[in-house]
Amino acid sequence: MPVTININGVDHSIDATPDTPLLWALRDSLELTGTKFGCGMALCGACTVHVDGAPVRSCTTPISTVAGKKVTTIEGIGTKEAKAVQAAWEQHAVAQCGYCQSGQIMSAAALLQSNPRPSDEDIDQAMSGNICRCATYVRIRAAIKSAAASLA
Amino acid sequence: MLQLKPAAPTSRRDFLKAIGIAGAGLTIGVSLSPLEAATEVARGSKTKPGNPFVPNAFIRINPDNTINVVIKHLEMGQGTYTGLATLVAEELDADWNQIIAEGAPADASRYNNLLMGPTQGTGGSTAIANSFEQMRKAGAAAKAMLVAAAASRWDVPPASIGTAGGVARHEPSGRSASYGELSALAAEQPVPDPQSLTLKDPKDFRYIGKSMSRKDIGKTDGTALFTQDVKMEGMLTALVLHPPRFGAKVKAVRDQRTRDSRGVVDVVQIPGGVAVLATDFWSAKKGRDLLEVDWDESGAARRGSADLLEEYRALAVKPGQVARNDGDAGKALSGAARVIEATYEFPYLAHATMEPMNCVVKVGENSCEIWNGAQLHTVDQAMVASVLGIADTDVRINTLYAGGSFGRRANPHSDYVVEAAHIARTKRGTPVKLVWTREDDTRAGYFRPMYVHRIRGALDADGNPIAWEQRVVGQSILKGTLFEQFIENNLDTSSVEGASTLPYGIPNLRVDLHTVDPGIPVQWWRSVGHTHTAYSTETFIDQLAAAANRDPVEFRMALLKEHPRHLGVLKLAAEKANWGSAMPEGHARGIAVHESFNSFVAEVAEVSLQGDGSFKVERVVCAVDCGMAVNPDIIVAQMESGIGYGLSPLLMSEITLDDGRVVQSNFHDYQVLRINQMPSVEVHIVPSAEPPTGVGEPGTPPIAPAVANALFAATGKAFHRLPLRMDEGVPG
Repeated sequence: MPVTININGVDHSIDATPDTPLLWALRDSLELTGTKFGCGMALCGACTVHVDGAPVRSCTTPISTVAGKKVTTIEGIGTKEAKAVQAAWEQHAVAQCGYCQSGQIMSAAALLQSNPRPSDEDIDQAMSGNICRCATYVRIRAAIKSAAASLA
Repeated sequence: MLQLKPAAPTSRRDFLKAIGIAGAGLTIGVSLSPLEAATEVARGSKTKPGNPFVPNAFIRINPDNTINVVIKHLEMGQGTYTGLATLVAEELDADWNQIIAEGAPADASRYNNLLMGPTQGTGGSTAIANSFEQMRKAGAAAKAMLVAAAASRWDVPPASIGTAGGVARHEPSGRSASYGELSALAAEQPVPDPQSLTLKDPKDFRYIGKSMSRKDIGKTDGTALFTQDVKMEGMLTALVLHPPRFGAKVKAVRDQRTRDSRGVVDVVQIPGGVAVLATDFWSAKKGRDLLEVDWDESGAARRGSADLLEEYRALAVKPGQVARNDGDAGKALSGAARVIEATYEFPYLAHATMEPMNCVVKVGENSCEIWNGAQLHTVDQAMVASVLGIADTDVRINTLYAGGSFGRRANPHSDYVVEAAHIARTKRGTPVKLVWTREDDTRAGYFRPMYVHRIRGALDADGNPIAWEQRVVGQSILKGTLFEQFIENNLDTSSVEGASTLPYGIPNLRVDLHTVDPGIPVQWWRSVGHTHTAYSTETFIDQLAAAANRDPVEFRMALLKEHPRHLGVLKLAAEKANWGSAMPEGHARGIAVHESFNSFVAEVAEVSLQGDGSFKVERVVCAVDCGMAVNPDIIVAQMESGIGYGLSPLLMSEITLDDGRVVQSNFHDYQVLRINQMPSVEVHIVPSAEPPTGVGEPGTPPIAPAVANALFAATGKAFHRLPLRMDEGVPG
């Protein structure tokens, strides 16, 4: 029985078992590969997407639980916070290998939506679920602050 | 099981002969062979309208005025697409915005690493160092042909034509033309003799020394293509069930439930385990979960980390293979006023790249095509060719971005690439994507080896160090690989580098090595031997300084008189960190200086003791001397990255074995640094006119000892085991 999910504003009927993680529906069924596989256990944040505006780890989210909800991926993110975050990421040359950065940007955009002026502690708390093995953390902090300043 | 070796000794010899590693010294040359066909270089890249001008293997100038620069090194985050493109653009006088960087295919005849002989590969922080002259000459050669084309078109002397921003200009007549406009005519010009090319004087550099924007694009909008993202018509996804212990083999497979599972296409046995092929990842994963496999563990490694440590510690008190022997350390130790001793323990480490290992392979009749974040192309070609029984040159490799590597994708056995080839050969004509889960990646090995070090040091009555005896016990990374001939006198120098090269002026200095072979697959991990030798040497020197009642910076400076570049970074880091100034209660500084891969780095770490007995790394001040700074911002980024990467094994990362099984499996038990544990980092680059050297690895070695030394300053306790535990400190 296909599951219908609204992804980036469009309804998609996905022909996969209900337990299929949203991550693999996005990547294998819809070819939206900007959302990354890192751990499969919601430990690294590389798969972060927004479900009804809130950051969610798609690798442990069965598609049956997001039927009828609005899913936004890095390919469809268009909020002013997300645009500011992406611009700040470029300005600070945050990305190195880049593999985790879709997830970092989705988490950062969600942070700014709920907290327009985050402190270092707020940033550390909101972003500690997103691992970056290149350790671009110093620039992530700086870029989030720049993005916040640009929106003020 | 995963230690896949070349098929037979004869083929290994042939391989070595073919790639010329055997007996090869350092070949430093400039290869500018013109292309046989422009399409060869363009293979796998987007074709532009019209015929490009292809002056050499590294450059395509397109009629639409874009310029493709072919990057022979893997982009894994270290910034090589930007660095190498900068060198080309500088001498070509291109506009930065017209430059597009792309990964080179496997072809060692054109894309070999000049510091690795005729092998195409990325490692040892060599990309900028080996490319500095080659890429500049590539750019200069292309510019000479464009200038010749303009001179011919306008019938003026070439010397009267100036170039800048991708435009050739004849000032006297006011005529100008873009490189794109000149491309067709430039292609008809003779290829200049590389010896005739004059490179710019550094004072005329426009791009080198500036922080040009990165050319590895698509990393903020999800469009950058990694191996994990490759999708092809009819492609299957494969997951492999590996044995629970290294060296075990498949005995029996019961796969009916797997075969009946939705989406599963086939189950095949391969040398390293059992592969499940399915239409997609989740189907392959569910199918694999249903597999039942009996393993033959008669040849499996069964020891645990505790057993290995016991063996290593016993060896550490016996003399080993000598790596360095100045004076007579034994004699000096026996007659010294003060002797200090420490035994260090370092665990196995996983690379834990964000993108777990994966590889796409399509096997044809007498061909094979691979899509991979390839890092050691020539070895991958040879290893896959030997599995398939085809020629090395029939193995085509498309180089994609790697989601981190830290050495892992340069596996000297081509482990996961060969595994993918074994699977794909059972489905000829069908592309197969091998995907490792995080658990597979954590447990499959090719770890940074476990090591034990024992150091004894002696001071004379005036507190001057007079003897240093260091013993290293651990596995060889090179043994059993295609690089084995670099081992001389049973001494794998990558096990002792950083210790055997100790810069301190100590008259009696001995470093020796015991090489053990417990059957655990190991390989290089960001900064290789320096990952452990920098820790033991730089914390031990602090213990000696404390015993002599001297300041750690002043003590080092007195011993580094013959090493101006060590001194330079040491002084700069100390000065920028206000070394010696007062700190708040519970705060302390520690310093470490270390050379690796011909770059010199000193780091000052500031720590604070927390009320609960733990500590926090607050700030790191780093000074780096990597010769001429090609792109300062990327150097800063690599120091930040190296520091963050090196903090994980200090604070929390550790692979352990229990009865031969890898205990850890995912980021909950193989923990790595997160943003809340990252200190602020300040990087200072030493101005230099020396040829540029690498920055991918050298930032990593000094951080762990710098932090441990700060804790030593704060508590008076020395720490001899990583990851560091506050309750394991011993009076220093």
